[in-house]
Amino acid sequence: MQETIQFQLNGKAVRLDVDSDRMLLWVLRTDLGLTGAKFGCGEGYCGACTVLVNNEAVRSCQTPVKTVKGKTVVTIEGLSMSGLHPLQEAFIKHDATQCGFCTPGMVMTAYSLLLTNPKPSQKEILNAMEGNLCRCGSHTRVLQAIQTAAASAKAGVRK
Amino acid sequence: MSEPNDSKTPVVDEIQASATLNRREFLKLLGGGIIVFVTVGDAEALFQEQARRGGIGYPADFNAYLRIGQNGRVTCFTGKIEQGQGPMTALPQMLAEDLEVPLDSVDIILGDTDLCPWDMGTFGSQCIRAFGPVLRAAAAEARVVLTELASEKLKVPADELQAKDGTIFVIKNPASRVTYAELAQGKTIERHVTVKPPLKKPAEFKVIGKPQLKREAKDKITGKAQYAGDIRLPGMLYARVLRPPAHGAKLKKMDSGEATKLGGVQVIQDGDLIAALHPYPDVAGAALALIKADYDLPETGLDDKNIFDHLMKNAPPPGKPVAEGGNLAEGAKLAATSFDETYLNSYVAHSTIETHTALVDFKDGKATVWASTQAPFRLKDEIAQTLGIPSQNVHVIMPFVGAGFGGKTRNTQAVQAARLAKLVGKPVQVAWTREDEFFNDTFRPAAIVKIKSGITNSGQIVFWDYEVMYAGNRSSEQFYSIPHHRTVARGDWGGGAPSAHPFDVGAWRAPGSNTNVFARESQIDIMAAKAGIDPLEFRMMNLTDKRMQRILKAVADKFGWSPAKAPSGRGVGVSCADYNGTYVAAMAEVSVDKSSGRIQVKRAVCSHDSGVAVNPEGMALQIEGCLTMGMGYALTEEVHFKGRQILDLNFDSYQIPRYSWLPKIETVIIDSPELPISGGGEPAIINMGAVIANAIFDATGARLFQLPMTPERVKAALK
Repeated sequence: MQETIQFQLNGKAVRLDVDSDRMLLWVLRTDLGLTGAKFGCGEGYCGACTVLVNNEAVRSCQTPVKTVKGKTVVTIEGLSMSGLHPLQEAFIKHDATQCGFCTPGMVMTAYSLLLTNPKPSQKEILNAMEGNLCRCGSHTRVLQAIQTAAASAKAGVRK
Repeated sequence: MSEPNDSKTPVVDEIQASATLNRREFLKLLGGGIIVFVTVGDAEALFQEQARRGGIGYPADFNAYLRIGQNGRVTCFTGKIEQGQGPMTALPQMLAEDLEVPLDSVDIILGDTDLCPWDMGTFGSQCIRAFGPVLRAAAAEARVVLTELASEKLKVPADELQAKDGTIFVIKNPASRVTYAELAQGKTIERHVTVKPPLKKPAEFKVIGKPQLKREAKDKITGKAQYAGDIRLPGMLYARVLRPPAHGAKLKKMDSGEATKLGGVQVIQDGDLIAALHPYPDVAGAALALIKADYDLPETGLDDKNIFDHLMKNAPPPGKPVAEGGNLAEGAKLAATSFDETYLNSYVAHSTIETHTALVDFKDGKATVWASTQAPFRLKDEIAQTLGIPSQNVHVIMPFVGAGFGGKTRNTQAVQAARLAKLVGKPVQVAWTREDEFFNDTFRPAAIVKIKSGITNSGQIVFWDYEVMYAGNRSSEQFYSIPHHRTVARGDWGGGAPSAHPFDVGAWRAPGSNTNVFARESQIDIMAAKAGIDPLEFRMMNLTDKRMQRILKAVADKFGWSPAKAPSGRGVGVSCADYNGTYVAAMAEVSVDKSSGRIQVKRAVCSHDSGVAVNPEGMALQIEGCLTMGMGYALTEEVHFKGRQILDLNFDSYQIPRYSWLPKIETVIIDSPELPISGGGEPAIINMGAVIANAIFDATGARLFQLPMTPERVKAALK
């Protein structure tokens, strides 16, 4: 259904005239020009499209845009608006990317974890990341990066 | 919105690429400065090859070059592409080493077909092994040129000068110096190297061998890095392509009436290509779902269970033996115990997280292409052919590639985008859905290995009769000290007999080697167990190759291997291999859930010797990636099919490794500085089938002969 949708996107108010049944991923990538969230599987199996809605990691390919009305959406682009987040710095330090295509989703899922659980155990990290697929096999480094970020006092919500 | 590829090519803003250029124009295009061309091999033959390919738009009698700009920055140009394996970081190290410049003054442009020297494609772990030496030669020659210029400027003989950190100084009076930037001022100097200039020796390395973090990491962790699907052009349309229900399905009729009722949707039918296009990709997808199409389905009677019988019956004849020595009949007489085993592996998908994607902008007889491809120069020719334009009118620009592993050597999606762009007169992006990706993939071929072998009572291997079908000969040649042996390959990894497979097959990370090493190293383990000898000791006593013994010892030391004959109940295994000159050995520890048949890899350790690791950090990451990815083909990855219909079309049924699988991974990188630098993107994956199979045997006494070692197959083997 065509309607006007308003929400907070990376700290700014967004007002869109859009078919509100369309998925958030495509509205972000096409209408709003934010291509950081990736299309990987279209069914919510891979996590490459992960963004935060009200601080919770969601699969944007499975999230109709009407469901984010009045909510707060953060994408990978929003995470580093005022400098790199400690999680991103940790990804660099641990060389935790290879092809990098799954990386935005990985970072956002990890960010969401640290928001609710700033000091996760290894098992909690693995559980939280389980739905994010990486074909290159950077899992070990991503785990280390999340552990490093968790150990940093600065990790957490960026206002 | 940022311009296409701005995060990718930091230095090309001053370089506007265009069509056919003579050498003078080309040099001008590069922006002046000192440009050194290197031709390795037969220059005339290279030139003929380029001419045969219809010209490439710029002078072609070289296969590498670099530029020292008037600002002192150095640019290297390579036809290779970055897909996560690290050439963007390691190649500048090789250049900086021989040119004597700070690493952070080096820029790299990859895969741009208007700017970079022609390249066959990025596969086979060849960025460092094959392209690296050519780049180093260009760098070394540039240093010679700069030294000559400095000699003129400083009025000091060249042999009294030394180059360091982008500066040349008088050895006896270091205050007398001139920078490369100063030397390049106002000059356009072109040099050709045909005789190899002296390269630095490994003992002199300052940059090569020093760990470097990925130079594009920041772009990748902020979402700024652009992939083919992230490029936007004004007026572009997104296409979704109709996928038939099975390979070889013949379209009977098609009704797109409902689809075109969606506002702004165009449905295009061009022969076998049917697509819905729209300014929004998801609306194009919704429209495609409304197209009704009826097909005649081919019937083959084949499926993923009976395929091996079919393949064996249709196997191509053996070629010339890969290796042979002694006399197999004599060897058989010497054997106290003989073994005759057959090993199978299923079709495996590439399943990169980025699907095949391309954007083609075709106007005024010229095409610009952004594509997820491992072979931009091949793509250039394919697009030219598709559009009926000269090759030099096609410009392929390389965004980052969301991994390839061999799957993105085929450019079907870009050809589809070109056909559609021509028909609709607008830029068109084709991005395959996950289902398209599985369906159109060129799977790693199902393959069969038969090995007959024998040992003496003391555990000496005396004969080895090896036949591989459909996987090809890579890593098939055994390296043990066996007096009577023969290795034969029937068909290559490209599929062998084209009609034998129900769909297309192709190269998959370390093509052929995963099949061959699984078979060989399983057979070695079977013999060790029968001989009652620890599997590491059994390998050592049958080896005379000192480098292989060293790589085994390195992994054993790291792992803390304690000798025992298998099955010891501990669940530990070993495997070793040679991949195009890179030696790798692996050890693993597994646990086996006997009721479910599920395997958990608890530890994986890999030792790796590729001559010299140019970037040990990147190398360790490649090894870890190989071990992680390799657990997939070892344990779960298998394409199910019925007839020519693919049954696994997404990650729900096709299971690739994920976080819960993660073992403790350790790597040992050892150098053989006396040997040429070899590749690191693939080798470490090739032990994973055997090392896990051998560890399962050690845990349970059950031997698995087929990959993947699914819970069902493990349970069957345990009975």
